[in-house]
Amino acid sequence: MSENDSDVTIMQFEELPDAPPKRRLKFSWTGKLGIAVVVFWSTMVLFGPYIAPYHEADILDEALFIVPGSDELYPETDFQPPSKVVFLGSDYLGRDTLSRILFGARTTIGISLVATLLAYLMGVTLGIAAAVGGGWLDTGLSRFNDAFLSIPHIMLGLVVIAAIGSTIPLLIILTGFIYGTSVFRIARALGQDVMVSDFVEAAKVRGEGLWWIITREILPNVAMPLATDFGLRFVYIILFISSLSFLGLGVQPPMSDWGSMVKENLAGLPYGSIAPLVPALAIATLTIAINMIVDDVSAHSGGKLAKRMI
Amino acid sequence: MSALLEVDQLTIDARKDDGSLLPIVKGVSFNVQRGEVVALIGESGSGKTTIALSALGYTKPGLEFTGGEVRLEGRDVITMPSEEKRQLRGERVAYLAQSAAATFNPALTIGEQVTESAVLHGHFNQEEANQRAESLYHDLELPDPERLGKRYPHQVSGGQLQRLMAAMALCSKPDLLVLDEPTTALDVTTQIEVLKAFKSVIKQEGSAAIYVTHDLSVVAQIADHIVVLYAGDLQEHGISEQVINQPSHDYTRRLMAAVRPPPAAGQSDETTGEHRRDVPALEVKNILAGYGRKQHDGTPAITVLRDVHMAIERGHTVGVIGESGCGKSTLARVMSGLLPASKGDVLLDGEPLQPDLRNRSRNQLQKVQFVFQMADTALNPRQRIDQILGRPLEFYLELSGDAKRRRIAELLQMVDLPQEFAGRYPEELSGGQKQRVNLARALAASPEVLLCDEVISALDTIVGANVIELLKRLRRQTGVSFVFISHDLSTVASFADEIVVLYAGRVVEQGKTDHVLSPPYHPYTRLLISSVPELRVGWLEETMQTQEAQAGIDRVVKLTEIGCPFFDRCPLAIEGTCDREPPPIRDIGDGHTINCHRSKEEFVR
Repeated sequence: MSENDSDVTIMQFEELPDAPPKRRLKFSWTGKLGIAVVVFWSTMVLFGPYIAPYHEADILDEALFIVPGSDELYPETDFQPPSKVVFLGSDYLGRDTLSRILFGARTTIGISLVATLLAYLMGVTLGIAAAVGGGWLDTGLSRFNDAFLSIPHIMLGLVVIAAIGSTIPLLIILTGFIYGTSVFRIARALGQDVMVSDFVEAAKVRGEGLWWIITREILPNVAMPLATDFGLRFVYIILFISSLSFLGLGVQPPMSDWGSMVKENLAGLPYGSIAPLVPALAIATLTIAINMIVDDVSAHSGGKLAKRMI
Repeated sequence: MSALLEVDQLTIDARKDDGSLLPIVKGVSFNVQRGEVVALIGESGSGKTTIALSALGYTKPGLEFTGGEVRLEGRDVITMPSEEKRQLRGERVAYLAQSAAATFNPALTIGEQVTESAVLHGHFNQEEANQRAESLYHDLELPDPERLGKRYPHQVSGGQLQRLMAAMALCSKPDLLVLDEPTTALDVTTQIEVLKAFKSVIKQEGSAAIYVTHDLSVVAQIADHIVVLYAGDLQEHGISEQVINQPSHDYTRRLMAAVRPPPAAGQSDETTGEHRRDVPALEVKNILAGYGRKQHDGTPAITVLRDVHMAIERGHTVGVIGESGCGKSTLARVMSGLLPASKGDVLLDGEPLQPDLRNRSRNQLQKVQFVFQMADTALNPRQRIDQILGRPLEFYLELSGDAKRRRIAELLQMVDLPQEFAGRYPEELSGGQKQRVNLARALAASPEVLLCDEVISALDTIVGANVIELLKRLRRQTGVSFVFISHDLSTVASFADEIVVLYAGRVVEQGKTDHVLSPPYHPYTRLLISSVPELRVGWLEETMQTQEAQAGIDRVVKLTEIGCPFFDRCPLAIEGTCDREPPPIRDIGDGHTINCHRSKEEFVR
């Protein structure tokens, strides 16, 4: 009987939960739009070259542009407005802009993605190593990193490419290295935060090795902020590679890439050609879309994240 | 005359993600008369702070007023335009937050901050405000009131800062004070000094106050009326003496039952009959430890612990007690090897342990388990409960598969948690449940010694009492030895077989619980015992008359190298001896020792 009584009291006044249950990540309409755009461009990376009407390097035959019934045998092929032959017009050499955008998606996004992954591999490994190792390892790595951070990215890129020459592997390694320095700082700061938490201390008291502490205790707790940063970093790298291409130091012709497409076709602007606008628009849609997704994710993780990124 | 503040059928809701409302405060009504202190008492989540803040017409972000009124002299403050609310806050209703250290801006002088709101509201000019502040410092018995305003927050002690916050709130002569857990974070000896100052100043100023706390013994000292809350509902409302002496509601009775009686001999339940006296499970000898860079002689830059000896017999519980900064947690860290001692030995089953845990064997690590103070931070938020409990099982005992799952189920059962918690993440649990998981993780290793660092300090009274009951049962079931670290003497008295009293990193008294808690006392032990608030009206006034309280309050713990560390707070101090020579260890018999220059006979006075 008495046991029953105490049960009733406990039921009646049970412990109140500490916090409301975890909110699930929900995307706003901007976030959903962002996802749609990113999905669209990812599909283009995979299938673009197969659905492109022409090859990226094809200079279109004049015959294609002959308007039926017209007697003009040698029509202009460069900077043509959109038509049934070229859906998004032609560029300064008379190549199909749509095909070049589709091929360029693979080059631009592919290079940027590999470079971002490289930056992450390097930055996170060394950043977490510095946070966990501390002491001289931390000081050494951080000062070395500071030295590279102090050189403007684009200058560093220009100097190295001017000295060695531009190839795609070099472009990837260079970009990965330059952006790895920023990733290092974020990974180190996040790692240091988690490193001093009680649960890491509890793992140490248990006698866990470094590998367990890094992979099971630290990485899962820094994964979310790093994932958000990954999106932003990817955007920076697209812009960086496009800037290099715009300066003529990035992807070399005849391969198409969005940055170099803007540059090649600048001359078309006075003629009212849309050739330089289309690749610019492609860069803009992709980067803005990624930013919209990142905004939603970081709002979910409580704004704290956004502050750390800056 | 109508009441100063009338809370009338107040309801406050939280808006959830999907737009639906979650009730936080469910139609609470009470009044506050002029010159009267009303205490809001309840556990965390009971809505007590939310109600208190409504007196300022404020809710935390995400909460909404959905019904009822809060009237200050007949005017509803909820519907007031925000310009009027701004005038109201700080001038007519003042709020005192829990942590003074977080309230004060370290870059401004105390005087500037205390007078700021009064001057801002145009109540006084700076000159008058300074005078007003000075007289308040005087009333709050703060040292050196003439020059206090020129000092910076870091130059005064925590208890003084807490009283300065009261000065800040009172400076513009508010009609109503809202005090939110103002003494919860303080040590007992500091708490009574702050309570006394608050009480006298509230009486003197004639202002009304709402006092929010979860501590019934504190309420008994300061409140005229008590409002008991649970989950946003008013459970009981009445005059203090009536609520405390004849609680009419179940919940109030439960709260009262959870309040531990004041520490005295004979409360602890002796563990096992058979005391195997051969080798202690864990023993520390001559420990010297601290933080900072190592100096030439091998001692750390800041020495926290000095000459600490203690032994934990098999199956026994040793309580370590002392104020914040006395080195309790450091001692646990030394035992676990997290902080290698600079000098001295840690012995496990008579075998010396390496000072640094990295050099200890897995078997040795398994035998000494550490339970961290804050379960919130001690559990990895990205691991499920079964992963958290499973890891020590596979790490130490090499269990896997079904054997591991069965053991996890046993552990959950052992700490009274339902089986389905295995699949949850820590943030889906309440504070008390997390602390149980924290305990279960330590038990998973099948340890010989459990180091419990303030394991119930962060919990509500009832939840904490439940955890203590659990610990007692586990001790009976498993025969594990406990080192139980706490600043709460009542808890230690009800749980420990032996007590070690630490002061400024040194042991001042140790022995069996019944011996330590009965005369002869070390003067510091005596101060500690007399500072624990009792659950009766009028206790505060009586206590403040005692010699210990008068000598001991308002001082901070100082780490000293020579003499007795307690010298400057001790009513029995001998000038010229106590401040020069380290006190001798006096053996009172049966393992009870007191480190003091005074003799046994002199303690009794």
